[in-house]
Amino acid sequence: MMTPNTTKHTVKAFDSDIVRLRGLVAEIGGRAELAITDAMTALLRNDKALASTTIIKDKEIDDLERQIDRLVIQTMALRAPMADDLRVLVSTLKIANKIERIGDYAKNIAKRVPLLDDIDWAETADGLEPMSKAAIRLVSDALNAYAQRDADLAMQVCNRDKLVDDYYSAVFRGLVDQMIATPDHVNSGVHLMFIAKNIERIGDHATNIAEMVYFAITGRAIIDRDRGSDPLDMTD
Amino acid sequence: MTQNTVQPDPKMTARDIEVFYGQKKAINGVSIDIDMENVTAFIGPSGCGKSTFLRTLNRMNDTIPSARVKGTIMLDGEDIYSSSMDVVQLRARVGMVFQKPNPFPKSIYDNIAYGPRIHGLASDKEELDQIVEKSLQRAGLWNEVKDRLSESGTALSGGQQQRLCIARAIAVDPEVILMDEPCSALDPIATAKIEELIHELRGKYAIVIVTHNMQQAARVSQRTAFFHLGDMVEYGETSEMFTNPQQEKTRDYITGRYG
Repeated sequence: MMTPNTTKHTVKAFDSDIVRLRGLVAEIGGRAELAITDAMTALLRNDKALASTTIIKDKEIDDLERQIDRLVIQTMALRAPMADDLRVLVSTLKIANKIERIGDYAKNIAKRVPLLDDIDWAETADGLEPMSKAAIRLVSDALNAYAQRDADLAMQVCNRDKLVDDYYSAVFRGLVDQMIATPDHVNSGVHLMFIAKNIERIGDHATNIAEMVYFAITGRAIIDRDRGSDPLDMTD
Repeated sequence: MTQNTVQPDPKMTARDIEVFYGQKKAINGVSIDIDMENVTAFIGPSGCGKSTFLRTLNRMNDTIPSARVKGTIMLDGEDIYSSSMDVVQLRARVGMVFQKPNPFPKSIYDNIAYGPRIHGLASDKEELDQIVEKSLQRAGLWNEVKDRLSESGTALSGGQQQRLCIARAIAVDPEVILMDEPCSALDPIATAKIEELIHELRGKYAIVIVTHNMQQAARVSQRTAFFHLGDMVEYGETSEMFTNPQQEKTRDYITGRYG
């Protein structure tokens, strides 16, 4: 593999475009991480006010995605990037889109907080918290891999997605058992199931980000990794 | 690193080419295959040797007294530097288009008819007319000049003059066309017309183009060779070269980080 490209462009404005883009990605990524953390805190503490702010703040993530889109398109049009520059710009466009989706999942979790019945579900869905932590870790590492141009870390993120999937299967089964045993809890059970699914999807998006990071750095796709199989995925 | 293509069958093969201008070595052992199916682009910074190397392919360097060429260049398996090679015939088979359009100060018709006449390619006026029309058609110029074939070639616009020069090269039925920065003196629209023409001529002739404009290399060629200080640093599929070059020098050059 070639060493990462650190030489500056002859046209310095190109470098400042890329620095600005990297800054925007760091910002949108940081906000998305915070959105998941806040949504989960709101859920675990039944904090409806925090859930509500999390929903409102998703708009900032959407705005940042639009800013990134605009700047990438503008840079492509004006600089006609090639090779690693081109790969970085295309992957940045896709990564911003994935982060925006992650923000939507966090918002969706927050939206479900006030809809849960006042029951002690924490015991049956106790896998949710570690599951969300594992997913946040994936997102955070994928973004670090982008910021530090670290292909090895990106590869690791892809290989660690299975952990989140395993939590998901366990939480799913626990909730099904709970709903069978206590049909009164079906309303909350279904919401919690969607929340678990959202976290699982966040993990998938984190690995997609890591794949794009790996491609941007190396020019190759990660093809030889075990994607695992989702036992609950009916589309397979 | 030098990669040689094995597929498809090469029209021209160059092996271990070294070019000297007096004591100065301008090309350090370049080997490359040129085929009919692909347009090959040579890119690289000024002074990298891309034009010098291009000119070895039809012995244009013979016209520079201090220039010496070592190595082997074959055209259909025939050594073009052998003493039995007729250089005039060679330059008809391997035609050339230059940076600045250089029509003869003659009529449009005579610009095209000149080559076929001296090479005896037409037996009568009717046949010559056909060659002129066909060449201008192929060069995408016929509709613009068919009613003024007797006007001077130098009265045409720059882009038209360059297409006239391409038509002139085509008229002697070449197998290979070498283009040395054919668009650098043209505006973007005339450039686009030449690029479209290169696209249409692909497959009929083996085409090699030297260009400073990397976007142009990306647009018109299927294979790209990157030259640097007399070496061919990298040679491969154009789409691969511009998205994922294998050599750091290539990458730095095409991403605008050179020097």
